[in-house]
Amino acid sequence: MKRGNKGYLFILPYFLAFLVFQLYPIIYTVILSFQRPITLIDMEFAGLENYRRLLTTPIFFRAIGNTWYIWMVNFVPQIVISVFLAVVLSEGRFRGREVLRTLYFLPNLVTAASIGVLFAVLMDWRFGTLNQVLLQLGVLAEPINWLQMPRVAQGTVSLIQWWQWFGYTTIIFMAGLSAISEDLYEAAYIDGAGRFQVFHLITLPLLRPTMLYVLVTSLIGGLQIFDIPRVLTNGRGAPDNALTTMVLYLYNQAFHFFNVGYAATVALFLFFMILVFSVILYVLLNRDPESARMARAARRRMRT
Amino acid sequence: MMIQPRNPVSSIVLRVFLVGLAIICVMPFYMMIINATRSNVEISRGVWLTPGDQLLRNYEIIQSKVNIWRGFYSSSIIAIPSVVLSAFFSALTAYGFAKFRFRGREALFWVVLATMMIPQQLGLIGYYDLVLRLGLLDRYIPLIIPMIANPGMVFFVRAYIQSSIPDSLIEAAIIDGSGEFRTFITIIFPLAMPAVATMSIFTFIHKWNDLITPLVLLNSADKFPMPVVISTIRGLYETNFGAIYLGITISVIPILIVVVTFSRALIRGLTIGAIKG
Repeated sequence: MKRGNKGYLFILPYFLAFLVFQLYPIIYTVILSFQRPITLIDMEFAGLENYRRLLTTPIFFRAIGNTWYIWMVNFVPQIVISVFLAVVLSEGRFRGREVLRTLYFLPNLVTAASIGVLFAVLMDWRFGTLNQVLLQLGVLAEPINWLQMPRVAQGTVSLIQWWQWFGYTTIIFMAGLSAISEDLYEAAYIDGAGRFQVFHLITLPLLRPTMLYVLVTSLIGGLQIFDIPRVLTNGRGAPDNALTTMVLYLYNQAFHFFNVGYAATVALFLFFMILVFSVILYVLLNRDPESARMARAARRRMRT
Repeated sequence: MMIQPRNPVSSIVLRVFLVGLAIICVMPFYMMIINATRSNVEISRGVWLTPGDQLLRNYEIIQSKVNIWRGFYSSSIIAIPSVVLSAFFSALTAYGFAKFRFRGREALFWVVLATMMIPQQLGLIGYYDLVLRLGLLDRYIPLIIPMIANPGMVFFVRAYIQSSIPDSLIEAAIIDGSGEFRTFITIIFPLAMPAVATMSIFTFIHKWNDLITPLVLLNSADKFPMPVVISTIRGLYETNFGAIYLGITISVIPILIVVVTFSRALIRGLTIGAIKG
């Protein structure tokens, strides 16, 4: 046997596991989306019934809207602050830089379920620390039941997401910045460019690939948000369904109401939505606008 | 990097901002620990910045309803074998992709990459059905075995093997009469350890934090891992806030310790994925 072909043996276990535990369940989910339950166990073919139901259920659209809203409100401030922090922390070496980076990163890997419960109790209307602080400072005359207000509840989830992820994103942008040649900055400063010009004409265009990575991974993760809305609302998505996200809706349909076929349809819709938007982002960010061309021109001039 | 001098005022404003953000990152954890040592009455009366003396009392309240260490045990029973399987098979797969030339190698590696982009929840319903048919509901096995296929780790370890293990080393081992599998066990696996270890920390934390899979696949309360236990804690202790805070603290502290201890390795691991990906 040729040595190269022995490689198949090394990758075989992975692909067996992949086929059984990842691909098969996905294919089966597709099949389920065309079925309806007759008893608890048996299913029958239902054609496009689940798809029709999906497109005529207002709460499903509500869930899509909530998920996007929560993601956007977290992501926009996150990316602005992270790019800013990455630039500041990459410039020069000041003391405590490593410590700051670690502290910003700290919330990222902590169990989301625990974080959700923690914020729920911190924001509790009678016992919560937030109301206690506001009462003692005299900002509030009486406690407010924050998490019963739909917009505040959504904002809280966004805030938690922001809090958990801005440090991570900063680290990724710092890595992206370190890949930009320092000669480029020097040349720009020698040519008399100001701090903001350099940022606008060099840093930002050259951060594009990193930006794409951050956007796509954040979108994939953000549209699948489940843990925090679930623990904040004990699984109900309350108040007024404001925290019913797509995956929470999917989970409740599949494992509370046992609408397995319908829930499978929701899963597929989620997948295609993520796929379509990832492709759109990829195309948009890979285009070649003015500033990127100028950065390349600057680089060319450096070489000669 | 060459920078223009900044004026002192904006420099101070910047420092305050940076430190302020760091405080925001730490504050919720700090309040959590402080409140875990305070009684319910104290928590309802005001804000405390120093520890109290109710830690043991809160612990007794927790243990009177749930054995919180049981959740710890379940989480470990799931996470540790997952990490071991994932480490071994990812290294095996990564080595296969890195150091063997076979037909379809590129295409198969693309399959691995593509699975990284697929949302975890897509196959969840189908997987539940599979587990149901196999009669494995409410067992730990279906939470562990799929970790044999861990695409992120394969990707990362492959890059490491490609860049740091020379072909000549493998050739020498084979000339010395070592079989392919023995070469992997005795030479490649130990040499790939830095990459395997870094990714194992991530795998461990992600497995430890997972809420939705155990929620779907387990149904006896005494088998629930930590995140599932914590998600029910508010209903269980109602207004015993000291006890709730202590429960959260117990679930969060191990992760905080791991993150602080390994922060350098973890941050390096993140950035390699980002630049190459």
